[in-house]
Amino acid sequence: MILSGDTIRQIKARMDRYPTRRSAILPALTAAYRQVGHLNPAIYREIARVMDVPYIEIAEAASFYTMFPKHEVGRYLIQVCHNISCSLRGADNLIAYIESKLGIALGETTSDKLFTLISVECLGGCSAAPMMQINDTYYENLTRARVDEIIAQLRTEAGQDGG
Amino acid sequence: MEKVLFAHVDNPQQHRIETYLAAGGYQALPKILREYKPDDVIDLIKKSGLRGRGGAGFPAGMKWSFVPKTSPKPKYLCCNADESEPGTCKDRVLMESDPHLVVEGIIIAAYAIQAHQAFIYIRGEFVFPAARMEQAVEEAYARGYLGKNILGSGYDLDLVVHTGGGAYICGEETALLSSLEGDRGLSRIRPPFPAIEGLYGCPTVVNNVETLANVPLIVNRGVDWFRSHGTEKSPGTKIFSLSGNIKRPGNYEVDLGTPLSYIINELGGGVPDGRTLKAIIPGGSSTPLLLPHQIDTPLDFESVAQAGSMLGSGAIIVIDDGACMVWTAMKLINFYQHESCGKCTPCREGTAWLKQLINRIEDGNGRPGDIDLILDICGNIMGRTICPLGDAAVMPTESIIKLFRNEFEYHIEHKTCLVKTSYPLA
Repeated sequence: MILSGDTIRQIKARMDRYPTRRSAILPALTAAYRQVGHLNPAIYREIARVMDVPYIEIAEAASFYTMFPKHEVGRYLIQVCHNISCSLRGADNLIAYIESKLGIALGETTSDKLFTLISVECLGGCSAAPMMQINDTYYENLTRARVDEIIAQLRTEAGQDGG
Repeated sequence: MEKVLFAHVDNPQQHRIETYLAAGGYQALPKILREYKPDDVIDLIKKSGLRGRGGAGFPAGMKWSFVPKTSPKPKYLCCNADESEPGTCKDRVLMESDPHLVVEGIIIAAYAIQAHQAFIYIRGEFVFPAARMEQAVEEAYARGYLGKNILGSGYDLDLVVHTGGGAYICGEETALLSSLEGDRGLSRIRPPFPAIEGLYGCPTVVNNVETLANVPLIVNRGVDWFRSHGTEKSPGTKIFSLSGNIKRPGNYEVDLGTPLSYIINELGGGVPDGRTLKAIIPGGSSTPLLLPHQIDTPLDFESVAQAGSMLGSGAIIVIDDGACMVWTAMKLINFYQHESCGKCTPCREGTAWLKQLINRIEDGNGRPGDIDLILDICGNIMGRTICPLGDAAVMPTESIIKLFRNEFEYHIEHKTCLVKTSYPLA
C-alpha cells in the first residue's frame, strides 16, 4: 500500500460529505498528492479501491489536473509564475536566476533530489509579482536576495530533518 | 472613498469569528431568517442591482430568480473561488482576511434559493485561503450559523470547502460543476443553464466570492446605501487588482465608475520612473487592451464596454514602454493554449495554432502572411465554442494586433523586436 491509513481516512471522510462519492475524487487526489508528493497509476488504483469507483475514472480525472505532478519530484517543488503580470516584473529573469543558482534547467531536479523547478501559469499572486509557489507556500515580491534567503532556509530545514 | 468589502482588511484577527462578530458580523443572517421569505431576499438583491463580480456582470438577483421554486429536486449554491484569470487576485484577499463575510453571504444566498447544500470551490493552489475558509466554516458550524435548524429557524444548510486541481477552465461555471462532480473540468452546453440543470442535474446557482461578500452588506445597510456607491447600472464598490508596470501594485476597493486614471495614478502611483504608459488590460487577461488616451475611462460595466473592452474581473494590468507587444501576445496565448480543456475543436486546435504562430514571430521566424493567418484563425474560434475560453484567447490577441500591428510587422521583417523586452529582477 502506498496510501497511509490517515490519507485513506481523509478520503473516506470526504466521501460522506458529498451527495455522490465521485465528487470526492478530486479531494482524494489532493490527499494522496499531499502525502506522496506526486501521483501515478498505482496510486489511482488504490484510490479506486478505497472509493469503490472504476480505476479509469480516477486516472481520467487525474490526467486533467496539472497541479499534481505525475512523476517523482524533489522534496521542494518550485513553481514560478511565468504569466503576464509576473513577466512584466521580471519573471523571465527570476526563472533564469533560480536555474543558475540551482544548476538545473526548467523541468529538472537537483541531484540531491531537494529541488524541482518548473514554471506555471498564473497563481493569483499578480499584485505581489514576481512570485512562486514552493510546495504549499506562496513566496511573493521576489528579489534575488529573497530567493537566496528562501533557498538557504529550505536547505537548512532539509538538513535538520536529515535530508 | 469608503471601503466596505475591505473595511477590515487590515485587521489581522478579522478571520476569527469573535472579531467578525464584534465588528457587526452575522447580523444580516438572523435578520434574513427572521424577517425575510426566500423570495424577499431575491427581491432585495434584485433591487440593489448587484451584478456578478466574476467577470460577466450578470445581475445576481436575477440569476437567483431563475431557480425553479416548484422543482422537487435539491438545489445547490456554489461559491466560485477558482480565481485564475491572469491579473486577478482579489477573492484570495477576501477569503484570507474576511472569510466569515463570504460564509455569511453564502448562507444568505443559499437560503434565498432554498439550497440545503452549498460548496465553495477554491483553486487548489490557494492552500492558505482554503485553510482560512475551512476554519471559518468550522467556526460557523460551532456557533449554529451552519448545520441543522440554523438559529432556530428550521432552515438547514451544509457547506463544504472543495479545492480544485489547477485548471483555469474550472472558473467557468459549467466546468466548475463538472469538476465538482468528479469529472475532468469540461464545460457544458447551455441551455440548460445551471439554474435549471446544474450540479448533479439539479438547479444550481454559481456566484463569485466578491459577489456573495456584498450580500450581507446590502442586507445590513440597505439598497439605498448600496446604490449610493457606483453608477446607476453598475452599483456598489469593486475590488480592482492592480498589477504589472506600476509603482504600487495591490488590491484596491473603489466605487464602480471611478476613472481608471485614479487607480493607476493616484492609488498605484503611475508607471515606474523613466517609463511611459503603453497599454492597459482593464479587466483580466481576456479583455481587449486600452490605450493611454483612454485612461480616464470610468470603471463600470457600461463605460469600459463603450471604450471597446470589458470590466471583466477588475484585474488591471499596466504595460509600459519596456514591453514588446509580440512578447505580450505570446505570454497571453501560451496561457490560453495551456488552459484550453480540449472539448471544442476551434479552441483546442485554434489556440495551439495561435501559440505556434505568435511564438514563431517572437522567435524571429515569422513569415509574411502570418498576421493575417492569426486573424483568420481568431475569426474561426470566436463565438464557435461551448464556453468563453476560446473567445478569451481571441479578444486580447486581436486587440494587440489591431493596436500594435507595426510591432508584428517589424518582427517578421527584421526577425527581432522593435522594443526589446527586459524587465530585470530586483
